[in-house]
Amino acid sequence: MLSRVADAIYWMCRYVERAENVARFVDVNEHLMLDLPPGLPTQWAPLVKITGDSAEFSARYRAADQEEVGWFLTFDSENPNSILSSLRAARENARSIREIISSAVWREINELYLYVEHHATRRSSPQHDFLQHVIRASHSIEGASYATLSHGAPWHFGRIGRLLERADKTTRVIDIRYFVLLPSANDVGSPAEDLHWTAVLQSVSALEMYRQRHGTVRLDSVAEFLILDAYFPRSVRNCLRRANNSLHSISNTPLGTYGNQAERRLGRLVADLDYTAIGEVLGEGLHEFLDDTQAKLNGVGDALQHIFFAPRQHRHSGGATVSANV
Amino acid sequence: MRFDSYETGGFYDELFQADGTPRPEFRSLVDRIESLPLGDLLARQQAAERNLMHMGITFNVYGEETGAERIFPFDLVPRLVAADDWDRIERGLQQRIRALNLFCDDLYHDRKIVKDGIVPAEIVESAEGLRRECVGLNPPQGIWCHVTGTDIVRDGDGQVYVLEDNLRVPSGVSYVLQNRAMMKRTFPKVFRGLGVRPVVDYPGRLLAMLEDVAPRSAESLEVVVLTPGPYNSAYFEHSFLAQQMGVELVEGRDLVVEDDTVFMRTTTGLERVHVIYRRIDDDFLDPEVFRPDSMLGVPGLMRAYRRGRVTLVNAPGTGVADDKVIYAYVPQIVRYYLGEDMIVPNVPTYMCWDDKQRQHVLENIDKLVVKPANESGGYGLLIGPHATEAERDEFRQRIRDDSRNYIAQPTLSLSRVPTLIEDHFEGRHVDLRPFILYGREIYVLPGGLTRVALREGSLVVNSSQGGGSKDTWVLAGPAGGVATLRDPF
Repeated sequence: MLSRVADAIYWMCRYVERAENVARFVDVNEHLMLDLPPGLPTQWAPLVKITGDSAEFSARYRAADQEEVGWFLTFDSENPNSILSSLRAARENARSIREIISSAVWREINELYLYVEHHATRRSSPQHDFLQHVIRASHSIEGASYATLSHGAPWHFGRIGRLLERADKTTRVIDIRYFVLLPSANDVGSPAEDLHWTAVLQSVSALEMYRQRHGTVRLDSVAEFLILDAYFPRSVRNCLRRANNSLHSISNTPLGTYGNQAERRLGRLVADLDYTAIGEVLGEGLHEFLDDTQAKLNGVGDALQHIFFAPRQHRHSGGATVSANV
Repeated sequence: MRFDSYETGGFYDELFQADGTPRPEFRSLVDRIESLPLGDLLARQQAAERNLMHMGITFNVYGEETGAERIFPFDLVPRLVAADDWDRIERGLQQRIRALNLFCDDLYHDRKIVKDGIVPAEIVESAEGLRRECVGLNPPQGIWCHVTGTDIVRDGDGQVYVLEDNLRVPSGVSYVLQNRAMMKRTFPKVFRGLGVRPVVDYPGRLLAMLEDVAPRSAESLEVVVLTPGPYNSAYFEHSFLAQQMGVELVEGRDLVVEDDTVFMRTTTGLERVHVIYRRIDDDFLDPEVFRPDSMLGVPGLMRAYRRGRVTLVNAPGTGVADDKVIYAYVPQIVRYYLGEDMIVPNVPTYMCWDDKQRQHVLENIDKLVVKPANESGGYGLLIGPHATEAERDEFRQRIRDDSRNYIAQPTLSLSRVPTLIEDHFEGRHVDLRPFILYGREIYVLPGGLTRVALREGSLVVNSSQGGGSKDTWVLAGPAGGVATLRDPF
C-alpha cells in the first residue's frame, strides 16, 4: 500500500478516537461537577491539561469555567485538538483515501463531521445529547471499519492509530485526575475521592466492567484496571497488545521478535506491561510511570513515521521488505 | 404531480411535443410522474440531495475560499433519448474520435494534413494545446485520445450538433453513475418498464481499456489514477473511479522515476507502475519538461513515457484538438482521414482569423455566441443576444486584438427538459456529454451527463455557473417502449 495512504488511515483513526475521548471527558466532567458537595470549587482546568493544551487555552481564554472550557474543547476551530478540529482532520484524511476505505466508513465520518459543524455554527454549548452522539458515531465508525474493510494492511494501520491514541488518552486521564484534582494528601480516602475515581472510570466507559472485576472503587484497583487489565479494551495494556498484533500482521514478523524499530519499541513496552504488578507502579510513583509510558508511546509513533509513512525508499524486488530500519 | 400547466414555450422539448402531449415513446415516464403526489416528488428530490451531501459528493468552486463545498444540483426528471436517436449519436461519436485520433497522430508525425493544405500550418502551430515535446512519440497501438467527453446539443429544429470536443481530461462521468444509482432507487418500476440501457459497467470498461493500452513488456499490470489531490474540484470523481476500478489513487508525490521507470512509494518499498490514468493537465505532468513550477507532477515522467515504460492516458498533446479553431476543421478532418461525411455535424463556426468571417462576426455579434479558442468551463464567452452593448463592444475589441483565438457560432436554441422548480415544472435548457473510451474498440457510454442550466432562460450549463445535472436514459429499443404502456407500475 502507498505510504501516504498508510499515513492517512492511521491519522484518520487517531483523530476520530481523539474526538471521542474529548467528548467523554467533557461529558463526564459535567456530571461530576453536579455531584460534588456544595462549596467545593468546580474544576474545568484539568480537562485542558488532559489534551495538553493549557498554554493554548490560557493565551486566548479568561476563565477556566464550564462554558469556556466546553467551547475550547468542543467547537474551537483554532484549538487543533478540539472535537471539531479533530474531526475535520479525520475527514480530510478520509477524503484523501476514500477509494481505500469503504463507502460505509466514509459516510459515517462525513456525517459526523457535518453534524458537529452544524452544532458549532449554532454556537450552542455542548450538551449531553450532543456529546453522546459523538461517542456513538465514533463507535459506528469503528464498527463499520471492522465490518466492511478487509482486515489487511490498511485496516491494521488504522487500528494501530486508534489504539495508540486510546492508550495515550487513558494514561492522561488517570494522571491528571490523580495529581490535579487531589493535590492534598488529606483528600485521599474522602468521599470526594470516590466520586473522582468513579468519574475517571466513567470517562473511559469503564465503570461497569470495573465493577464486575473489582467491585468497590479503590485507587489501586482502578489504576490496575485501567493500566494493566488484560481484557478491558481501553486499558493501556490491552490497547498496546492489540496494536502490537496489528504491527506484526503488517510485517509478518512473528510475535516476540522484531523486524524494525517500531516493533522493537512497542514489543518491549507490551512485555513490560505484561509483567508489571500495580504495587510496583504505585511504589515507583504513578505519575512517573504514566509520564514514562507516554514518552514511550511517542517513540513508537516516531518509529512508525520513519519506517512506514516517510521511509527512505529502496527498490522493491519480489515480496521482500526492503525499507531501511531506523 | 401534474404537467397540466407545463409550457414548451416554443422550444424543442425533449419530453413533450409542440402540441403539449408527451412524445409517445416516453409516455410512461410522464404517466408515472403524474401519478405521484406533489409532496412525494419534492421529498424524493430532497432525500436525493441530502444523500449527496452525506456521501460527500461535492465539488469546490474555484475562486471561493477552501471549504466552500457544494453538491452538484441534481434534478429528478430524467432526460430521455430514443433508441434511433442514440444510434446515430453513437456512430457519429465513434467516427469523430477515430478521425481526431488519426489527426493527433499525424500532427505529431508527418503532418500530412497540413502538407495537403487541409488545415493551415499557422493554426496548428499556434494552437495552445500543441506540445512540441510529443513530436515523434508513438503511444501504444497509436491511441492518443483514450477518454473523451464530447459535448452535444440539440437545436430548436431537433437537429443534434457537436458543440465541443474535450480530449484532455474530461470530467463528469462519476455523476452519470451516481445519478443513475439514485434514480434506480427513486423510480425502480418505471425504470424497468422503459428498458433503460445500463451505465454501471463503465468502470469495468475503463479498467479494461487501461489494461489494453499498457506497455507491451508489462507482465503483472499496475494501473493507477493520478489526481492533483483532495482540493481539486473533480477530486470526488478521481477517487470514485479509482475505488470502482480497485486501483490505487496516487498524487504526484507518491510517484518517483528511477532509471526512466515509474514507481510508487509503498510501505514495503518502491513498486512499478505501468499505466497512469492521469487527471492532471499536460502542463503539470512533469516539471522537467513542462511547467517547472508544477508541484503536482512527477519529475522524469516524460522520460519514462518516451521510452515506452509507462502509458499516459490520455496521451500528452491531445489538447491540440480541443482548440475551437481546430474544431471548425473537424468536418474536413473526418473527410480527409476517413473519406466520410460527418454523421453528427458541427455547429456552423466562424473563424475570426479569416478577414471575411471576422467582418461578419463583428457586424452580427448581437446574434452570435463568441468563444475564446482555449477556455473550458463556460468561462470567457459572450452570448450576443443576452449581452449589453458595452459587453459586445468589449468583445469586438478582443476579437480585433486577438483574432486567432476567437470563434463565433449562431446562438442555438438549446432544447429543454421539464425541471422541478420549487413546486412545479418549468422547461430548462440542456446539453449532453457522452463519454467515449478508445481501447481495443471505441465504446460510447449510453447516455452521459445531461447538464441543465437551472437559471431561467440561461444557456450556460456548467457546474461552476449555476448548472445542475439530470440522469440520461437511453432506451433499449422501440419494443421496450411499447411494453411500458401496458406496465401497471
